[in-house]
Amino acid sequence: MGALLESLAEGFDGDATQRATLDAVVRRGLPQTHSESWKYTSLRALERRSFASSASAARVEAAALESIPAPRLVFVNGRHDAALSELAGLPAGVTLFPRSRGTVKRIAMAELDSTADDVFVQIGLALANEGASIDIGNDARGGNPVHLVFVGTAAEADLAWHLRHEIVVGEGADITVVEHQLGCGTHAHLDNAVMHVALSPHSRLVHVRVQNGAIAGTSLLRTEVSVAASAIYERLDLELGAGLSRHEFKVQLTGQGASLVSNGVLLAQGRSHVDARLDIEHVARDTSSQVNWRGLATDRGRAVFRGGITIRPGADGSDARLSNKNLLLSDAAEIDTQPVLEIHADEVKAAHGATVGRLDPAAMFYLRSRGLPESEARGLLTSAFCREPLGMVEDRSLRDFLVSAIDDSLTGLRGG
Amino acid sequence: MLKIQNLHVRIAGREILTGLSLEVAAGEVCAIMGPNGAGKSTLGHVLAGREGYEITQGSITFEGRDLFTLAPEERAAAGLFLAFQYPVEIPGVNNTYFLRAALNAQRKARGEPEVDSVQFLKLVRSKLEVLHLKDELLHRGVNEGFSGGEKKRNEIFQLAVLEPRLAILDETDSGLDIDALRTVAEGVNALRSPTRAFIVITHYQRLLEYIRPDVVMVLADGRIVERGGPELAEQLEAHGYAWVKDRIAPAPSVTSAA
Repeated sequence: MGALLESLAEGFDGDATQRATLDAVVRRGLPQTHSESWKYTSLRALERRSFASSASAARVEAAALESIPAPRLVFVNGRHDAALSELAGLPAGVTLFPRSRGTVKRIAMAELDSTADDVFVQIGLALANEGASIDIGNDARGGNPVHLVFVGTAAEADLAWHLRHEIVVGEGADITVVEHQLGCGTHAHLDNAVMHVALSPHSRLVHVRVQNGAIAGTSLLRTEVSVAASAIYERLDLELGAGLSRHEFKVQLTGQGASLVSNGVLLAQGRSHVDARLDIEHVARDTSSQVNWRGLATDRGRAVFRGGITIRPGADGSDARLSNKNLLLSDAAEIDTQPVLEIHADEVKAAHGATVGRLDPAAMFYLRSRGLPESEARGLLTSAFCREPLGMVEDRSLRDFLVSAIDDSLTGLRGG
Repeated sequence: MLKIQNLHVRIAGREILTGLSLEVAAGEVCAIMGPNGAGKSTLGHVLAGREGYEITQGSITFEGRDLFTLAPEERAAAGLFLAFQYPVEIPGVNNTYFLRAALNAQRKARGEPEVDSVQFLKLVRSKLEVLHLKDELLHRGVNEGFSGGEKKRNEIFQLAVLEPRLAILDETDSGLDIDALRTVAEGVNALRSPTRAFIVITHYQRLLEYIRPDVVMVLADGRIVERGGPELAEQLEAHGYAWVKDRIAPAPSVTSAA
């Protein structure tokens, strides 16, 4: 057994079921790059590292979170921080609480447990006793976005923590949830999370996630979403930080007329490695998915995108569109994009396209001929490229926040 | 203000400009006419500093400075402006934001104070009226979804806001209907001043009915082959470029300085 699994297993504090899960993982070991789903993301460096479990509470200055308004539920190094959390302004019908105080009873978590065979999901299920739970009642709508904040901050050792989140959206509800992953100070922690989202019929959830982890951090996430009849799931992922980030994102459109919008940005700079794997399943008739992701790699960064869409037998009348455009800004950077479309139904509309290119020299010359220095021209063009997927966000102040998150992450590019 | 001497330029091994010399003085409007393929657009691009051109001989000085030592943005800050024949669409970069950033980058490079958004808005409003540009275009991406005429007017609008010392109009009349042509010409005429010069590159005489040039030069086979006043443009219109070609063949060895 490698150092990684051994060190993680030491943090065990669960029940008998979790023990069995953990034992199974340890027996199996980590996946190798010959495993198809880990082909572009090597775990060899991670495998040799060891992490302490997050035992004691760490402190983060409230000022570090001042740009994130209430209502917000805050976790620091994997532990719920009641002092930084602020539940005022929760929309009526919405409850928000840490998993250590209970779970949303209405989801069949067993279903998730049996389907997720990924090693880090199994580790998460075995070791996670904390997380965020949001219970959105029927017809709850409007109000402020609900913020989930996950902060990593420097500690004496490299820490690992495992969280398990759930969002249940009642019938007819319409709510916005924003996940923030932040790195405070210099550290090389590992955060591992499993998020389960269930949308009831005729509901709508706008789910935004900004991954802005510490530059040496490792961030692993599995998101599983089920979308019932006539429900709308609008999702935006900004993968801006962390040294190694991997997000497996599975959406099942289970009810007739269910729809998904999934937009995202992958930013790989320095030596960072970001990996997003989408696995979208059209299960029911007349379901629709629109995927628009953009990737940008510079320095020695590497961005990996897999856009998998499967239209199951019987999901007739489905509409699936996928676009993945990428910018490669340095010779040492790498982008791997893999759109995968599988169709097993009739009368389906499907389109997918992926491109990898460089900044348009004609646009660069145009901007410079007007007086913009080269670095500023490059900054404008890259920012515009990354901002395009944000068009789906209707909330003006939220969109402004996301634009500045992107622009802040791109400041490193402007100097070059 | 601008002095080009014996300029030779190659693209992909082919010589496009073959010993071009010309001078433009402050306050002058100089029209450069010529048949397709004569090297008119190459001249505009080389002046603005576009990559991909190999300068094998000759020199260009702009207000006494060697232009070849300056990057495109430095040329802009020095007061040179090229109105593109094909303005580039840049989705996602807001037209107004871009123009203010450009103006402030130029001012910063010249050691002038930057303009704030209130001052800028005032400046923009005053220039918009002259060009009959819709307000709405300001809030779109740079040239994004603009019609051909809107793109050309946007170029002249940028020219009006940036107030360069030397403006080069590269076939600004191409693709314009008569109303748009008049609007563009009015915009240019409003900017004429004793301290500013224009090089108007065009294939047709039509634009010159609205922007009266002080000097007309004919560019053919990569160099200036004929110089005159506005009447030269009329002669060209009447006789076509074949007339010039007949007059210059065989090629004279030296062209006299303007």
